[in-house]
Amino acid sequence: MSDNNIPRTVPIQSATFTNEINAEIRRAAATGIYDIRGGGAKRKVPHFDDLLFLGASVSRYPLEGYREKCDTSVLLGTRFAKNPIKLDIPITIAGMSFGALSGPAKEALGRGASMAGTSTTTGDGGMTQEERGHSTQLVYQYLPSRYGMNPNDLRKADAIEIVVGQGAKPGGGGMLLGQKISDRVAEMRTLPKGIDQRSSCRHPDWTGPDDLEIKILELREITNGRIPIYVKIAGARPYFDTTLAIKAGADVVVLDGMQGGTAATQDVFIEHVGQPTLACIRPAVQALQDLGMHRKVQLVISGGIRTGADVAKAMALGADAVSIGTAAMIAIGDNDPKWESEYQKLGSTTGAYDDWHEGMDPAGITTQNPELMKRVDPVDAGRRLRNYLKVMTLEAQTIARACGHNHLHNLEPEDLCALTMEAAAMARVPLAGTDWYPGKAGF
Amino acid sequence: MQTYDLEANGLRGLNETLHAQSGATNQTAWEVVNPKGSHAIAVGLDAPIEVTVKGSTGYYCAGMNQQATIRVEGSAGPGAAENMMSGTVIIDGDASQYAGATGHGGLLVIKGNASSRCGISMKGIDIVVHGNIGHMSAFMAQAGNLVVCGDAGDALGDSLYEARLFVRGSVKSLGADCIEKELRPEHIEILKDLLGRAGADAKPEEFKRYGSARQLYNFDVDNAAAY
Ligand SMILES: Cc1cc2nc3c(=O)[nH]c(=O)nc-3n(C[C@H](O)[C@H](O)[C@H](O)COP(=O)(O)O)c2cc1C
Repeated sequence: MSDNNIPRTVPIQSATFTNEINAEIRRAAATGIYDIRGGGAKRKVPHFDDLLFLGASVSRYPLEGYREKCDTSVLLGTRFAKNPIKLDIPITIAGMSFGALSGPAKEALGRGASMAGTSTTTGDGGMTQEERGHSTQLVYQYLPSRYGMNPNDLRKADAIEIVVGQGAKPGGGGMLLGQKISDRVAEMRTLPKGIDQRSSCRHPDWTGPDDLEIKILELREITNGRIPIYVKIAGARPYFDTTLAIKAGADVVVLDGMQGGTAATQDVFIEHVGQPTLACIRPAVQALQDLGMHRKVQLVISGGIRTGADVAKAMALGADAVSIGTAAMIAIGDNDPKWESEYQKLGSTTGAYDDWHEGMDPAGITTQNPELMKRVDPVDAGRRLRNYLKVMTLEAQTIARACGHNHLHNLEPEDLCALTMEAAAMARVPLAGTDWYPGKAGF
Repeated sequence: MQTYDLEANGLRGLNETLHAQSGATNQTAWEVVNPKGSHAIAVGLDAPIEVTVKGSTGYYCAGMNQQATIRVEGSAGPGAAENMMSGTVIIDGDASQYAGATGHGGLLVIKGNASSRCGISMKGIDIVVHGNIGHMSAFMAQAGNLVVCGDAGDALGDSLYEARLFVRGSVKSLGADCIEKELRPEHIEILKDLLGRAGADAKPEEFKRYGSARQLYNFDVDNAAAY
């Protein structure tokens, strides 16, 4: 018998040391620096896909698809502000900084959102004319870095959003590497051109809930109580953070789960810190309910919202509205297959391109390179964003009508079941085919 | 002179009244009595008026000031003149933490001492402290001048960008990437001007200048411990 006939083991790849892990070890060994990237968590975590709507039945009758009204409007900031934000649809555009995004991309977001009857949000880096000029309702972020922060812009805003945390990096600050610090970005941020800029992770002039209350008082005094003040928190401790934000006087709580995108941060942060969006909603709603504030202080959920089904599910769990970052970028052209050959040259591929911090985005969105920026036509891209927002709204309405609701806000947890034990536990809705979820009393 | 009794009439009325003043007003002098440590006194002003607060204030007095001259005849709580854009703020007593934080312009004068994190993330404001300043002052300071006639605490100018720091007395320790630099004639001029405007009795030549070594501007693995 020759040696060739001896049965051999087949090569087995380790489930622990995967090709991806090994590649990262080699990269780290070669460079001495952690991996920085944009986007949100790429790992699979329990999400809205793990929930289903039940639809109508004998006990619940549906509404007629095209004839019976299903309202989608929402008021944000009804607690204290003289002028709450009134949106036609409950899907807002999340804060994305000028600097991370190009001017034309910001303009496109403003145009699309305004056409769809919703708001946009500034970001780390201040307010640009592109955005203010093209957004009928603009939320002004108040961030730890305070780049470009000035009272004139504050007074021009339709709402203020105090950023405490971001789902992609709870406890981390912004990052904008030298390649993207163009003359204009440098000037807006009062920084030298071309430096690697790390924004602070904590506010410079307050720490903790007692200070936050005084900070909210100050902002409200400066704006004469006219506009709502939101507090944006990451999905870290949603029950306590929501409670403290409400106690500090927030008009709106924006809660961003771990799948939420970022312009740039350490991959280890994106993938290993924070809780999935699905796990954050019920504790936040519980906090609102415990304080008698549900629907009085509005809850905006973000982090991985992609479809009208996601919108409807977030709202059924108790959110008043949702916010989108990554999906809006895709709608205006991010990771479009038409740039595949260019993604390949950058060592990536359509759908996976996330080196947004390098400023070489073939789609012209996450760049300050004048040539690449031209690839975004703000009018056309704005129209696509409008279309996408409309589609999501129609989808959410379709579901709400099927569940017998004449307003998206009337969706409720009882409309849902879960496909997995994990999702059932996190969303506190019954596992499909049962009337039970983990943690429910009496079992 | 208009007098506003804060205790009797409340904060909202004060700020609303002061916001209603424009450049054309002839009511240019205001006096706030009974401040009793209230927060957010005279915030968001945007007119060339003069406001004198007769006593000590809480958090964020004169926050985001534009054009106005605001004087506190007492001490100020945390975040005095935070994010000031222009105008002048004078604290007769001491200032708590974060005085002048993220200020973009104008002049902040502290006649007593300032606590920790004075001038944190400052972006163009000028700050003159007659006394001493606490630890972590001028942390991540981006632009402007911080002048300290007394001593500075630990970690002065940590992760400093382009702000200039001038200290007459001792510096307990310098923060990461902050170094002593040569005091050149143009700096003497800056000091002369600021000390004069701040009414500080000190000679420019007695100060040492500190600034960024600019070693942390672009990430280098060999500096990792400093980040
Ligand atoms: C390119 C980009 C830039 C962002 N910049 C900011 C920012 O400046 N401030 C902030 O609070 N969040 C920022 N975020 C986070 C978004 O506001 C939002 O929380 C997140 O994108 C929501 O998750 P989604 O991307 O899955 O929709 C950014 C996100 C992206 C994708």
